[in-house]
Amino acid sequence: MGIRLRPFPEPSQTLDAQWLRGLMTIQNKTPMRHVISLLIENESGALSRVSGLFSARGYNIESLTVAPTEDASLSRMTIVTSGSDDIVEQITKHLNKLVEVVKVVDLSESAHIERELMLVKVRATGKDREEMKRMADIFRGRIIDVTDTSYVIELTGNQAKLDSFVGAIDASLILETVRSGICGVGRGDRVLKV
Amino acid sequence: MVITGAEIVIRCLQEEKVDYLFGYPGGAVLYIYDELFKQDSVRHVLVRHEQAAIHAADGYARSTEKVGVALVTSGPGATNAVTGIATAFCDSIPMVVISGQVPSAAIGQDAFQEVDTVGITRPCVKHNFLVRDVREIAETIKKAFYLARTGRPGPVLVDIPKDITAQKCEFVYPQSVSMRSYNPTIKGHQGQIKKALQLLLEAKRPMVYAGGGVVLGDAADKLTTLVRKLGFPCTNTLMGLGGYPATDRQFVGMLGMHGNYEANMGMHYCDVLLAVGARFDDRVIGSPAHFASEPRKIIHIDIDPSSISKRVKVDVPIVGDVGEVLGELLALLEGASEKPDQESLGSWWKQIEEWRRRDCLKFSQDDGLIKPQYVIRKLWEVTGGDAFVTSDVGQHQMWAAQYYKFDKPRRWVNSGGLGTMGFGLPAAMGVQLAHPGSPVACVTGEGSIQMNIQELSTCKQFRLPIKVVLLNNGYLGMVRQWQELFHGNRYSESYMDALPDFSKLAAAYGHVGLRVDKPGDVEGALREAFKQKNDLVFLDFQVDATENVYPMVQGGKGLTDMILSAEDL
Repeated sequence: MGIRLRPFPEPSQTLDAQWLRGLMTIQNKTPMRHVISLLIENESGALSRVSGLFSARGYNIESLTVAPTEDASLSRMTIVTSGSDDIVEQITKHLNKLVEVVKVVDLSESAHIERELMLVKVRATGKDREEMKRMADIFRGRIIDVTDTSYVIELTGNQAKLDSFVGAIDASLILETVRSGICGVGRGDRVLKV
Repeated sequence: MVITGAEIVIRCLQEEKVDYLFGYPGGAVLYIYDELFKQDSVRHVLVRHEQAAIHAADGYARSTEKVGVALVTSGPGATNAVTGIATAFCDSIPMVVISGQVPSAAIGQDAFQEVDTVGITRPCVKHNFLVRDVREIAETIKKAFYLARTGRPGPVLVDIPKDITAQKCEFVYPQSVSMRSYNPTIKGHQGQIKKALQLLLEAKRPMVYAGGGVVLGDAADKLTTLVRKLGFPCTNTLMGLGGYPATDRQFVGMLGMHGNYEANMGMHYCDVLLAVGARFDDRVIGSPAHFASEPRKIIHIDIDPSSISKRVKVDVPIVGDVGEVLGELLALLEGASEKPDQESLGSWWKQIEEWRRRDCLKFSQDDGLIKPQYVIRKLWEVTGGDAFVTSDVGQHQMWAAQYYKFDKPRRWVNSGGLGTMGFGLPAAMGVQLAHPGSPVACVTGEGSIQMNIQELSTCKQFRLPIKVVLLNNGYLGMVRQWQELFHGNRYSESYMDALPDFSKLAAAYGHVGLRVDKPGDVEGALREAFKQKNDLVFLDFQVDATENVYPMVQGGKGLTDMILSAEDL
């Protein structure tokens, strides 16, 4: 069933609008990695409100780190997520809506620094022992535990650096790895504070 | 003054001027019930199931501007309350629920009647608290009321372990609350409001689409004034009914899945859309892709930023209290030199009138079976359009929304978001308590009413003269309708055999029951029922089981893709 008096918009107007909309859909729908930083009241249950929000609404969490700040009543959380611009906008809005969340910022909107800590326990025997030491040095890692057969190497950096370290050493020598998930902070004058 | 935690709870409720508390006692709340016993300013309404306590508090809140309050015990008390809490959450109803919890030391020990109430309710409350110290009770309850009623309203739960209600401390009720993490935006952005007005004045085919936010924000008067000044057509969502007078010429009816033809067409083909306190949900616009296929500028006023650009991209978002923003918009409009373009508005109205002439809600009542639509139309006539009407969920709900023309806000009480069967009767209890002298009708179906029929007992105890209008078609009608339309008439489990004789059942509870099966008796039965000022009257209307709700937009289809009647199939 159609309508008889179908109204038509001005042609010139629609051309622009449609062109723009077409462009926007391309930009909007591509999932991008985002680093969201937030301050939240340091109360029990606060973490589950955040993680519950992500699972309930079907958003991704790549990593989530949380610890109290210099003001013990506040915790700072860094969440790495991915999604289209629309989704990330909804994520930040919903995070802001949580009653215990004080402030939210999408660090990836401008210049920022990301760091992650990794501890790798590797087999260090025979010729591998020297090789491991060398690799740790090249990546500016530190060996923080030594036994006859193993090292624990501490490494910080962005995700790419940690990934390449794991890729650079012989996979069969890795006994275990543990990564903290990333912490992020804005560059220069950008400060996330109450 | 040093008093027990339980007494503090009651004192807090008194401070908040709570007149009715809906609840059900149990082990974990015994101290609180003991304190309740010793006073009479907070009146307790004993329901027959915790779900009903929450729905009653919900109905109370929806029909007033106040916060509904309920009290339940730990474990099953709390889990029974969950459906009610989720119902209130989906429709943003201000509510405070106090639940008992097992003693602090027993938490986590799998104690008797222990559940993680805060965990279970977390996704369906605006916020919740577990009180860990008697000294926190007063501040927590103050915060709960503040959170429930401000910003986008919603239910807030306060879980209190039993031992804490027995401990003592000094009671001071805080005068005010300030939370650094919670500051809802009330005032709209001036620049955005100006932009919105500009768009409205330039509109050639405008449409105003108002939802439940207008009712919750008590902005119906402002909306009406604005729409009348502009001369624009206005539609309401299911939740927004009464936000604009339904008998007004500028009202084009409810929109959405079972919305009016003219409302849905207008919504789709407008060039400027003013959305007020509404959220473009799936039952309203159908497919977002189809909706976006027609270009239009959208202005969206909402207190919740996350409602904006969620399903539909908008051009002028305005975050703020709808009443405040509409007020600002009105003030700007008064001062504006421009006026809406009368010529294009005229031809737009001509188009709308043409749509309206399809008369999409027409039905015919003959001497045979009672048409459900006819019952609602008569209900509207008999009550002069001025009753409070609660409903359950299903076909009867849609017919009530379509055929009862609500001219005032807060008269229409239904579960729109969650779609909770069993909501109607307990909600009507809350409404009737809040408005003792007023006519209250509960429009229901034989499926829904049986989900909380035990509340007939509560109605007797508290002498609530509700009029139950049962549209009895022997089927779970909306399910049957979908099965007829989309599942090849395979009526899988949608026929309810062995229904009780509802008039006798009502009589057994001490009420007046009446079975009506002739069209000629409908009006008389309704008139007689509403004359009974002191009795609950249960009217069991035997209606045509084959009736379907039209117009209908199938799930996922576009708004303009409407089935208008059985002939369209």
